[in-house]
Amino acid sequence: MYRYDEFDHKLVAERVAQFRRQVSRRLLGELTEDQFRPLRLMNGLYLQLHAYMLRVNVPYGTLASKQMRKFAHVARTYDRGFGHFTTRQNIQYNWIKLEQTADILAALAEVEVTAIQSSGNCVRNITSDQYAGRARDEIADPRMYCELLRQYSFLHPEFSYLPRKFKIAVTGSPNDRAAVAVHDIGMRMHLNEAGKPGFEVLVGGGLGRTPYIAHTIRKWVAPEHILSYVEAILRVYNIHGRRDNIHKARIKIIVNQMGIDKYRTLVDEEWERIKDGPLEIPQEEIDRIHAYFAPPPYEQLEDATASLDELRSRDLSFDRWMKSNVVAHKVRGYAIVNLSLKAPGKPPGDVSADVMDAVADLADRYSFGEIRVSHRQNLVLVDVRQNDLHALWKELQALELATPNIGTITDIICCPGLDYCGLANARSIPVAQDIARHFIDIDEAADIGQFTINISGCMNACGHHHVGHIGILGVDKRGKEFFQLTLGGSSDQNASLGERLGPGLPQHEVPTAIAAIVAAYKELRADGERFLDTYRRVGIEPFKEAVYGPEAKKAVA
Amino acid sequence: MAQMIIANRLHDGAVVFLTAKEDWVRSINDGLILEDEAEQERWLATAKTHEASCRVIDPILIDVVVGENGPRPTSIREQIRAFGPTV
Repeated sequence: MYRYDEFDHKLVAERVAQFRRQVSRRLLGELTEDQFRPLRLMNGLYLQLHAYMLRVNVPYGTLASKQMRKFAHVARTYDRGFGHFTTRQNIQYNWIKLEQTADILAALAEVEVTAIQSSGNCVRNITSDQYAGRARDEIADPRMYCELLRQYSFLHPEFSYLPRKFKIAVTGSPNDRAAVAVHDIGMRMHLNEAGKPGFEVLVGGGLGRTPYIAHTIRKWVAPEHILSYVEAILRVYNIHGRRDNIHKARIKIIVNQMGIDKYRTLVDEEWERIKDGPLEIPQEEIDRIHAYFAPPPYEQLEDATASLDELRSRDLSFDRWMKSNVVAHKVRGYAIVNLSLKAPGKPPGDVSADVMDAVADLADRYSFGEIRVSHRQNLVLVDVRQNDLHALWKELQALELATPNIGTITDIICCPGLDYCGLANARSIPVAQDIARHFIDIDEAADIGQFTINISGCMNACGHHHVGHIGILGVDKRGKEFFQLTLGGSSDQNASLGERLGPGLPQHEVPTAIAAIVAAYKELRADGERFLDTYRRVGIEPFKEAVYGPEAKKAVA
Repeated sequence: MAQMIIANRLHDGAVVFLTAKEDWVRSINDGLILEDEAEQERWLATAKTHEASCRVIDPILIDVVVGENGPRPTSIREQIRAFGPTV
């Protein structure tokens, strides 16, 4: 877990005091909205449809229980009793009052949480694998590099006014759970020929109105040179990125216009200049940050396979949950437990204040007080003793956090959409709820297998629709909401952008269309094939036929 | 078409409607309905002065249909603003 030093505390406290004065001046009329907007955005405060919205950072998706309790306190005291976890591993509050915002930021600062750089044209929250440091398939915990980058980019004067926002994601595992290929910079840990861990660096990925999969700009960068290499990328972008057109200002545009080879040349020239300067990270600093992420005091345990098998054979519900929500841990006798925020009928990612408090208590009792947020909008307890799994499952059931649907068709990513967001063209939450209701049969969902549905209420793509196995994009057609489906997207290590299936559908036809796609997949799949595998093998036509062909029309009529 | 003036209140962001008394109220049913185009523009100009005096943000005219249960915005977006999230 990262922690503040005395400089961080002072800086954040000063920043809260500064924002308090700025809010007072705005309320007194000394600042116009045009003058105030950039100031509030620098503190994560947006104005949405019904109220202000505050976006609070969860650095690389790692939270302490006391921070979760503070999130609950903010939800209860200043909002309507809930918060929304996002695809950037952050939390958003939808019903914030401007006049209370400085008090909220002060409360969050008590537990070393800020909203600084959760908006604006700067380096945003650095995201990572929700299983970081615990996954069996990982080379090493990537979070210490996330933390180095966080400290480096925090209020960095040169990079506080970039052409546009800038998102960095880091994974330490070859199985990418952090969607690094659709970020401005993605970093994937690899061992070099000498067996030393370093990072493949990708650049120019992104979603939004012009989606791109990132290019590899360098196959391996040594850990001690990460900051200088990122600085070289940022500096080239800051100089060459467009500022005349907001839709062409992200790094992906300049990388793809210029070509990755030219961009690489410019970065290399800059890197050569700064590489061996003050940004080379000394070993003692690497060790110091590394200590922040020291593993908790695990007990010496054996795997509880036999006793768990016994419990699983007696209780099918427990077995289902074990299969879908529990993941192997790298330490013997422990397990990683996903808490599904996708109970049927609930807005994906939403958590009440009471449940936040309960999760904090569970984290303290079962998982060394640590909680993770996944970019798929679920929570994770990463250090649960296998012997405690059954007891924890019982407690999660009571909180509606044990829906056994992680990675299945009802584990839907969903942005707030037109129910809350000022940018949205269509509602996304009701679409997610309709689909979840349609596929409520857990056994059917398990039979469909690994499946991602990602929903965005507009082309800005907060719901990552381009990289869902099925993506759903809400559009406005002459004042009516329609939904365009894309197929074949993926954000893992073999990332791909979805292909448009056909004309947009009204909301009530979306679950039927998805059911038709699923039925076609079941007909076509070979043994062991996920939907994505089948799609990549057979292409889009059979699914087009299933949704728009004569048989489908009859079914809808 | 009938129109009303909608805005967000500065201090808390709440959705509000302009009244004939030049107040801002939370309920669309208490807001001023403007049938005449010249009146619509005149009241919008008044609302803009409230923006300048920091009472509200971004006042705009929206189309409404007046039915038995009172006025209802024609666009989904403004319906959601007037009546709250649908979920």
